[in-house]
Amino acid sequence: MKRRSVEQLKKIAQDLRKKVVTMIYEAQSGHPGGSLSAAEFVTACYFYEMNVDPKNPQWEDRDRFVLSKGHVCPIQYAALAARKFFPETVLYTLRKEGSPLQGHPNMHCPGIDIPTGSLGQGFACAVGMAIGMKLDNKPCRVFSVLGDGECQEGEIWEAAQTANKYRLDNLTIFVDVNNLQIDGTTDEVMPNRDLGEKFKAFGFEIYEIDGNDMAQMVRTFDEIRMHLHSGSPKCIIGHTVKGKGVSYMENVGSWHGVAPNKEQWEQAIKDIEEGF
Amino acid sequence: MANKATRDGFGEEIVALGKENRNILVVDADIGKSCKTTNFIKTLPDQHINVGIAEQNAAGVAAGLATCSKIPFVVTYAVFGSLRMCEMIRQEIAYPKLNVKIACSHGGVTPANDGASHQAIEDMGVMRTIPNMTVIMPADYWSARKLVRAAAEYNGPVFLRFTRDAIPIIYDENTQFEIGKAHLVRDGKDVAIIANGDTVRLAIAAAEELAKEGCQARVIDMHTIKPLDVACVKDCIENIGKIVTVEDHNILNGLGSAVCEVAAEMGKGKVKRIGIQDQFGESAPYERLLAKNGITVEGIVAAAKAL
Repeated sequence: MKRRSVEQLKKIAQDLRKKVVTMIYEAQSGHPGGSLSAAEFVTACYFYEMNVDPKNPQWEDRDRFVLSKGHVCPIQYAALAARKFFPETVLYTLRKEGSPLQGHPNMHCPGIDIPTGSLGQGFACAVGMAIGMKLDNKPCRVFSVLGDGECQEGEIWEAAQTANKYRLDNLTIFVDVNNLQIDGTTDEVMPNRDLGEKFKAFGFEIYEIDGNDMAQMVRTFDEIRMHLHSGSPKCIIGHTVKGKGVSYMENVGSWHGVAPNKEQWEQAIKDIEEGF
Repeated sequence: MANKATRDGFGEEIVALGKENRNILVVDADIGKSCKTTNFIKTLPDQHINVGIAEQNAAGVAAGLATCSKIPFVVTYAVFGSLRMCEMIRQEIAYPKLNVKIACSHGGVTPANDGASHQAIEDMGVMRTIPNMTVIMPADYWSARKLVRAAAEYNGPVFLRFTRDAIPIIYDENTQFEIGKAHLVRDGKDVAIIANGDTVRLAIAAAEELAKEGCQARVIDMHTIKPLDVACVKDCIENIGKIVTVEDHNILNGLGSAVCEVAAEMGKGKVKRIGIQDQFGESAPYERLLAKNGITVEGIVAAAKAL
């Protein structure tokens, strides 16, 4: 795949963010906050790192992408449309009856490799995929996005130990540490400090970065590629801002799962375009 | 005839299948020894994954493997394979209809001395309510082998329930079994006894007792409770009208319930359910646990006569 430059990637992330807020505005339902915080990682996956074929979404030698925090699917849908897995008009059927773009992703949507939405489960599936690739000696890689709140689920740590046991260096996870979950901050709901130390203790290589800084994201992908055969799974701890790019959404927990009204949508588009 | 456990049937057939098809995998969760995967581990180590004591993860890992054209058999006890893994099976296996088999030993109250924690009395009912699931319990060693093979050949999620104890072999190597197709063990016109798993042998013994008294019982091995062989049940209702169901499972939502659903929708037929009386078990001999719930030859005979 053609790797885009950091400047191009920033522009794409900006475009995907606009699509995210527009989709959720059109649907009047969905999860903007976490979609916006994960935008840099998702953009870099689809436009810098992953080997996928939009014309053949089921290509068996493709890299896999598992959105373990499935509620932020608008950002993945936006990336898939931008890569032409399906027409852009489909984006605006999000959460509507008969749409392949379900409220949480399922496999009727081209480019979705596993259904997610119930937190903690997607990561285990990503581990299974990475084992499957190893069994067949395929060079394919698996990328997965986890929420920091999601790491409160026990199954995450069951899957983490399996990734270590099977030396899944073909697995790269991005933990979207935006410090917010539905009932409050992660510190209030369930202190989840030092996630990097925790994954390190589980045998992962840790890359701790500003998860909304595209230049750092790209450098991290380059670095990970140099360690691809190290025998260890990779974990990017991405410190991010929930609602990133929209002035009134940034670090505001209530924008976890609420749709903007018309004025708010217009403001959001303006904020994203102006890089507020 | 020699006795053999259905879990042994699974343990032997899975090795044969694994040798024939390298995409067949076993995903263990640390109880492979008692679920009879030891020979598979020894013979086909490259097709074996052990995720440790982490059943939820086992289901997820299996789902991921299935998306890579693998045919994983997740192996654990029935209580964990249905309840501990329930939502992972629903979300990651049944919803996308992935080709994962949940192969469980220690179904029903057969882990008798382990007590209620290990006895699975809700498993088939829970699995039956999940769309896209197929739910199977073989009645002897040979049907276990045949149905494991049928499950491997079927493309989609299957819950298979085996048991711990050696039980009489009812069938032979040439008996054919098809998923969703009831097996007629013996025919009769006076009453139908529909059973599954280890209780099929009780149904056969009850039919023999009834025959001594001139009552000809039809005995059906309903190894697949989902999809249920509705035509078979309807035929029993139309042509016999009286049915006793027998299962080592809660009387709620298992085989008996499935049969009653057909009868209720037809608006005819009398059904008496024999099974676990919606109560937890305890550490006790297997036969005692069955007896406490009326799951005995005498119980079946009495129920048949009372209809």
